[in-house]
Formats: sequence, C-alpha cells, structure tokens
Amino acid sequence: MSTTIDPEPEVEQAPQTKPPTRAGDALFSGTALGAGLLVILFLAGVGAFLTIRGLPALDASGDSAYGEPNIWKFVGMLLVGTVYASVIAMVIVTPLAIALALVISHYAPKKLAKPVGYLVDLLAAVPSVVFGLWGLEVLAPRLLPLYKWLNEHASWIPLFDGSVNQRSLLTAAIVLALMALPIVTAILREVFAQTPRAHEEAALALGATRWEMVKLAVFPYARSGMVAAVLLGLGRALGETMAVAMVLSATGTGYLTASIITSEAPNTIAAFIANYYANASGAKINTLIFAGLALFLLTFLVNFAGRWIATRGQVKG
Amino acid sequence: MAKSIEVDNLDIYYGDFLAVENVNVHIKAKSVTAFIGPSGCGKSTVLRSLNRMHEVIPGARVSGNVRVDGQALYAPGVDPVAVRRQIGMVFQRPNPFPTMSIYENVLAGNRLNAKRMGKSEADDIVERSLRGANLWNEVKDRLGKPGMGLSGGQQQRLCIARAIAVEPEVLLMDEPCSALDPISTSAVEDLIHELKSEYTIVIVTHNMQQAARVSDDTGFFNLKAVGEPGQLVEFNPTTKVFSNPDNEATEAYVSGRFG
Ligand SMILES: Nc1ncnc2c1ncn2[C@@H]1O[C@H](COP(=O)(O)OP(=O)(O)OP(=O)(O)O)[C@@H](O)[C@H]1O
Ligand SMILES: [Mg+2]
Repeated sequence: MSTTIDPEPEVEQAPQTKPPTRAGDALFSGTALGAGLLVILFLAGVGAFLTIRGLPALDASGDSAYGEPNIWKFVGMLLVGTVYASVIAMVIVTPLAIALALVISHYAPKKLAKPVGYLVDLLAAVPSVVFGLWGLEVLAPRLLPLYKWLNEHASWIPLFDGSVNQRSLLTAAIVLALMALPIVTAILREVFAQTPRAHEEAALALGATRWEMVKLAVFPYARSGMVAAVLLGLGRALGETMAVAMVLSATGTGYLTASIITSEAPNTIAAFIANYYANASGAKINTLIFAGLALFLLTFLVNFAGRWIATRGQVKG
Repeated sequence: MAKSIEVDNLDIYYGDFLAVENVNVHIKAKSVTAFIGPSGCGKSTVLRSLNRMHEVIPGARVSGNVRVDGQALYAPGVDPVAVRRQIGMVFQRPNPFPTMSIYENVLAGNRLNAKRMGKSEADDIVERSLRGANLWNEVKDRLGKPGMGLSGGQQQRLCIARAIAVEPEVLLMDEPCSALDPISTSAVEDLIHELKSEYTIVIVTHNMQQAARVSDDTGFFNLKAVGEPGQLVEFNPTTKVFSNPDNEATEAYVSGRFG
C-alpha cells in the first residue's frame, strides 16, 4: 500500500507537525540567535571582569585612591565630572541636532537634504583623536577670548567664575557635542521623517506655516523619539575618552566647581583612566577598574533608558 | 462671508506629469458642489488646488487661474498660508492631532492666528464649533480627553469642527464619509446641509446617492483615455446631472453602467 492511498495518518499529523522551515530561514535565525547570545555573553563577561577586579578597590584610600580619602569620594568626583561634561554637551548638541534634522527632513529640498545628511554622518567617521587634536589646537585657543569676556562680565554666574583656562570643561563639552552630533541628528532625522503625512497636512490645511506645522504635528509626534535620541547621544558622550583626555587639563580627579571655563573642573572617568592607567600598578589598577565599572553601569543605564523610551514611544505612536 | 470660486483653464501638474487638464468651473457662494468620477481622474487634485494644498507636494504646481470672490489665488503676492486660513479642508481619513485633547484640537487653527484668546472666548469657540459639527452632545463631558479616543465618525466630525472653528469662507471636503458608517455618514450629510447657509462647500465623493442628496451642482471628472490627464467632463446642476446629463459618459457613470 503506497502512502498516497491512505492519507489519514497525514491528516492527523498535520496540525502537530511544524510548517516546513526553509534552510535559509533556519540559517538566518540560527546566526541571529547566536550573535545575540554572543553579545549578551560578552557583556556579562565584561561586567564580571569589572566587578571582580574592581571590588578590591572598595577599601582603597589615600594613595591607592589617587589622593582621595576613600573610593566613593574618588568615583563620585569623576562621576560628577563625567555627567557634568556630558550634560553640557547635550545642552549644546540638542538644539543643533534638532535644527539640522529638521532641515534635512522638512526644510531643505531633497537635492540639498541628502548631501547635508551625508556630511553629518561623515562626522561620525572622524576618529576621536582627531577631534581631540582639533579641540586642543584649533578650538581651545579660539574660545579663550570668549571665556575671558564671560569671566569679566558674567562671573557672578557660577558657570563663568574662577581663573580662565582654554582647556576647560566647556571646551571638552563642545568637542563632545560635535562628536555626539551625528548619532543624535541621524536618530532625530528618522523620527521626524516618520511623522504621518496626514498630521502634517492637517496642520498645513489649517493655515500653519512650516514652523507651526513642525510644532503642531512633528514635535508632538516625535517627543519620545527626541528624548531617546538625546539619551543615546548622552550615552555616547559619557564614554568618550580620547578627545576629553586630550582637551581637558584637569589634574588628578580635579576640583569640585561649577565653573566650566577653568582648568579646575572635575575630571571624567574615561579620561582619567586613559591618563593614569599606563603608570598604575597594584591597588591603583583596582581603583581604576572600579571607576570603569561605575562608567559601565552609568552608560548601560542611560542607553537602556533611551531604548526603553524609544520603544515605548513606538507602541504609543 | 461665504465666497464664490471661479476656475479658469486650470492645468495641474505633479512634476512633469499633467494630472488634470483645463478645468473651468464656477462654484457659487453658499452652495454645495460635488465632484464625482472614477478613481484617479483628479478630483482630489482639483480640490487641493483650491486652497493651495496641492503645492505642498514636492514638484507639484498649477497653471491657470483660480479666483475667490474675484481675488486671484495664485497671484504672485498671495501667501498660501493666508489662503488656507480662509479655505478650510476636511480629509478623507480623520486626522485629529493625536496628542491633543478634543478641546485643543478644535482650537488648533485659532491658536495659529497669533492673537491671544481669553478662556471664555475659547470656550465659546469650542462649543459653537462642536455644536456646528453635531458633536457637542457626545463630547461635552470629556473635552479634556484625547481626540484620538473618539470613534472614526466622531473624529471626522471633530475635524469638521476644527475646520469651521476658524470660520473659513470655503470648506473643502475630500471624501469625508468614506471611512464612516451609515449613521455617521448621515450625521455628516445633515451637517453639510446646515453648513451650506454659511459656507461655500465643495465635496468629493464616490457615493452617487450622497452627491445627489447633498449637492446643488455636480461636476463629473473623467480621464480622457488611459494614460491621459483627467478633465472636467460636465458641470451642471445636480438634478440635471442625475436625470438628464449632457454627456454620455456622465450618463453611463451616474447610472452605474461605467466600464
Ligand atoms: N502625490 C502625487 N504624486 C504624483 N502623482 C499623483 C500624486 N497624487 C495623485 N497623483 C496622480 O494624479 C492623478 C489624479 O489623482 P487624484 O488623487 O486627484 O485622483 P482622485 O480622482 O482623487 O482619485 P480617488 O477617487 O481614487 O481619490 C492620478 O493619476 C494620480 O496618480
Ligand atoms: Mg481622491
């Protein structure tokens, strides 16, 4: 009896057997799963390494904590510096990126929008060292007169107090802002471009100017995407090492000050590690790794928050 | 307040593509004019050229004349933004602003006219517009709720309320009932009847009965031939178009014998 004559077993089996999987699909999902697992494994490995090598630094003090009384003061200082520089960078980059992204997505004619977008993307390909050199040699000296002026006329604002130095936190923040510009702009551009045509036309048909249309239809729609873009940019700025290490003149962990135009700012974690790791040994290495752990957790958190807001916005929008 | 529209020799392009050719039509003030015709013949295109919404599409342009109460719409010094504030538009798919409340949606157009509005004045506008759109009773207790929380038919009437809140001179409607159920449709049709006393209304519809019910004049659009631009084949009082049209194609279309 051949199988074609008796279809019954097949009919019974049909609901149970999976639909046939194509070899290509299987290969792809296998590779994707593997790659995903590898990333998670790698992240966990890094986390474990930082924790195991960093924890001995918990009782570091004095010399092994680079002159700070204990590890918390040490990490706290650097965290303040890291967050301070990055937040200022975001304050600078946000309006710039929004403007650029709007020009690309809504203002410029297509012929112009493409190359402008391309140029901004190209900025992401500039190595960090080059940004550092440029910040140090080109930007910093040109900013000095501005800092002097600010210090003279606005030193009552704590931001502009103290003794002026061109390699200040603000200079570093400006370099950071430029480095974060491509990613923030690219995300914003995508978010803005996804505004439903129907909402834009609703605004235009009511007699909105282009800018009013942006305020009425584009921004409300893009709100969560904008927050996510800035947070992801922040994640980029927090971990940036080379440029800050080159530009910032802070010695040691630095000093706790609000001023952004002196050399006495707190240092950033990444720059501090880069500057001191080569000469470190013994307990100091643990201290540095502990600082690395703090940075790892901070960037992880910020990126996570960014992704979370981005996906939450997608579900809602 | 309502104004008449005069269209002369209007050609409408998307880039190099001539979509509609040589439209000539006189739309009377305080009347309802319906545009009917098969899909793709340019009804929406013509409608959108009446409030300069056509040109928001990159590369889109027109040649010819449109005059609203004698004022040339496409004269060099005319600001399209100002035109759109006077000629309102309702779209095929309801498009309330998703993040705004019902209240703010109604006022969106008024807020654009930079002048400051008192609370009581704003309340008045909202109530008047929502009553005008036959929506007031359904939403008066939840004005602060998002406009997206309404049913499709309610959303469409919200969009109508938003359009009439700025007291436009002309109201353009592009298949306003195509996404609505029969009850909402009839509510919108009643509304069109009422609005006629104050506004000039132009409505695009695929529903022949609707055109017959609501309009005073009807324009039938058709493609010259496949691949050729659309054109206005016939423009006559609605009763004539549906009983004794001048053109054979019109006759075939309105009686449903259309290829
Ligand atoms: N954005 C656009 N870009 C290019 N061509 C377009 C665009 N919109 C419409 N057209 C073309 O213009 C012609 C008329 O389109 P239009 O949308 O005005 O037709 P319609 O009569 O409103 O059709 P429907 O009844 O399906 O809504 C069609 O050939 C269409 O392909
Ligand atoms: Mg249409």
